[in-house]
Amino acid sequence: MNRKKLIGNAFRIVVYALVIGFFIWALSNQYLSYIWSDSSTFLVLLRQHSELVLVSSILAILIAVPAGILITRPRFRKAEWLVTNIVNFGQTIPSLAVLALMISVLGIGFQTAVFALFIYSLLPIFRNTVAGLDTIDKNLIDAAKGMGMRPYQILFRIELPNSAYSILAGIRTAVVLNIGTAALAYVVGGGGLGVWIFTGIQLFDNGFLISGAIPVTLMAIGADYLLRKAEYVLVPKGSRQEART
Amino acid sequence: MITFNQVTKQYNGSSTAVKNVDFTVDQGKIVVLLGPSGCGKTTLLRMVNRLESITEGEIIIDNDNSKDLDAIELRRKIGYVIQSNGLFPNMTIEENVMIVPDLLGWSKKKKKERFNYLMKLIGLDAKDYGKRLPQELSGGQQQRIGVVRALAADPPVMLMDEPFGALDPIIREKIQDEFLAIQREVKKTILFVSHDIDEAIKMADKIMLLRDGEIMQYDTPSEMMMHPKNEFVSQFFGKDRAIKSLSLHTVKNLEEVIGLAQMDESIQDTKTINVHQDLRNTLSMLLNQEADQVIVTNDEGGKIGSITIDLVQKYLHFEIKGKMSVSQEG
Repeated sequence: MNRKKLIGNAFRIVVYALVIGFFIWALSNQYLSYIWSDSSTFLVLLRQHSELVLVSSILAILIAVPAGILITRPRFRKAEWLVTNIVNFGQTIPSLAVLALMISVLGIGFQTAVFALFIYSLLPIFRNTVAGLDTIDKNLIDAAKGMGMRPYQILFRIELPNSAYSILAGIRTAVVLNIGTAALAYVVGGGGLGVWIFTGIQLFDNGFLISGAIPVTLMAIGADYLLRKAEYVLVPKGSRQEART
Repeated sequence: MITFNQVTKQYNGSSTAVKNVDFTVDQGKIVVLLGPSGCGKTTLLRMVNRLESITEGEIIIDNDNSKDLDAIELRRKIGYVIQSNGLFPNMTIEENVMIVPDLLGWSKKKKKERFNYLMKLIGLDAKDYGKRLPQELSGGQQQRIGVVRALAADPPVMLMDEPFGALDPIIREKIQDEFLAIQREVKKTILFVSHDIDEAIKMADKIMLLRDGEIMQYDTPSEMMMHPKNEFVSQFFGKDRAIKSLSLHTVKNLEEVIGLAQMDESIQDTKTINVHQDLRNTLSMLLNQEADQVIVTNDEGGKIGSITIDLVQKYLHFEIKGKMSVSQEG
């Protein structure tokens, strides 16, 4: 235990040192200067990026969680393999290709990027919802039924609280992936911080590249942190420990 | 009271799990459904609260045909205990126990009172345990909570599907005793599934032995051992069924029939046994010690005589074997 802690702490110090070193290097080369010198553009791009992520993630949650719940109901169980395969297939297409394909349907702009990101976020959320609901001890459902709980009561009082850990983990994975993938929105004219990243690549300008990439990274880390906190609040204590074992 | 009228269960129109089962569980009695695995005992139990549908026949619970009742309402009136206790990990002990009263819309005060009463019944502190989570309790405690959860809304009928099957033998025996004490107080009509003969003999007012979905015999434990109706029943209870049946008789029974022996004061360190202990325990006590006798005490702790292996054998001979085959004894 102590040894583990020691290694963990050492590792953390190394990572922090690397991050601080990177920032000093970037700042001393004035690579982050665009954020201050062109702050109005930065804020527009940041807002666009956040909108892309928020709109597509919320849509994905609203579709994938209910879909996962629906497909695990006895009535629709038989269709589970089909839906899972379709969603899996969607995930195997490279994200750039999804974007390109969407242009032919939706044209260029914000809505195309949102739609592609939405499609891309469905799988992790859907799969984790189904997995969370599937791994609940069948005896619990049997006991709940035998005591006279109605199906919706079993869903809201037993199934969802006990699979909340898995569902929220899926949402977290999807959102964090989404923040990174949203940088590609630039390719379809969707805006976002990808604009600076791609400009940096095309002009061999580390300043643009890093001024775009660092905020995206920080956004992803921040979202991960916040969603972990949310898990702590939303998952009941009893099922939390169970989910970890 | 639960009455089964020609109940049959068929799966997919082909395999038959339960065939024309016809019997009655009397008010306030425990009936143990016993049999090898796959004999249909759990299916039969689950048909009562309609977790399994009935293919043919009917089940009457306290004058109501179960088919005529709403399945949800019916289940709320029947206590249900399963082997793996089925406690919900996301709820505290109090929330778990009070599920059915909650579904029935009891007031907060009524629920609290009931919870305190139930916890007293199993000797756990309501205040301390109420806020705990199931995983913080031992297996035995969890199973106790599972039992009182089924009792929560005071249902007249209880279904118990191998409720103590997952516990280790020592805890199991303790909880069986506890449960019998509770049953003496609450007097529920209980259908109890078991595959353990000793448990069946101990818990049952009547045993129903099943094979391949058919009733082999439905009788009191002693009748079943003394007068097995067919080869399957006598084989199921085994060659040692005479010894097994000793657990149905107490030292008190023996005293009443043939009387106790004089105490031999010269023997040192003899153990004592309460007069209400069963003879099977007494016999194993006698066999596991040096001395030839065990001192019998009454409830006040006074010594009222002694018991020996000879006496147990005599009792077995006259009382039990005599009943088993009268012709041999003459």
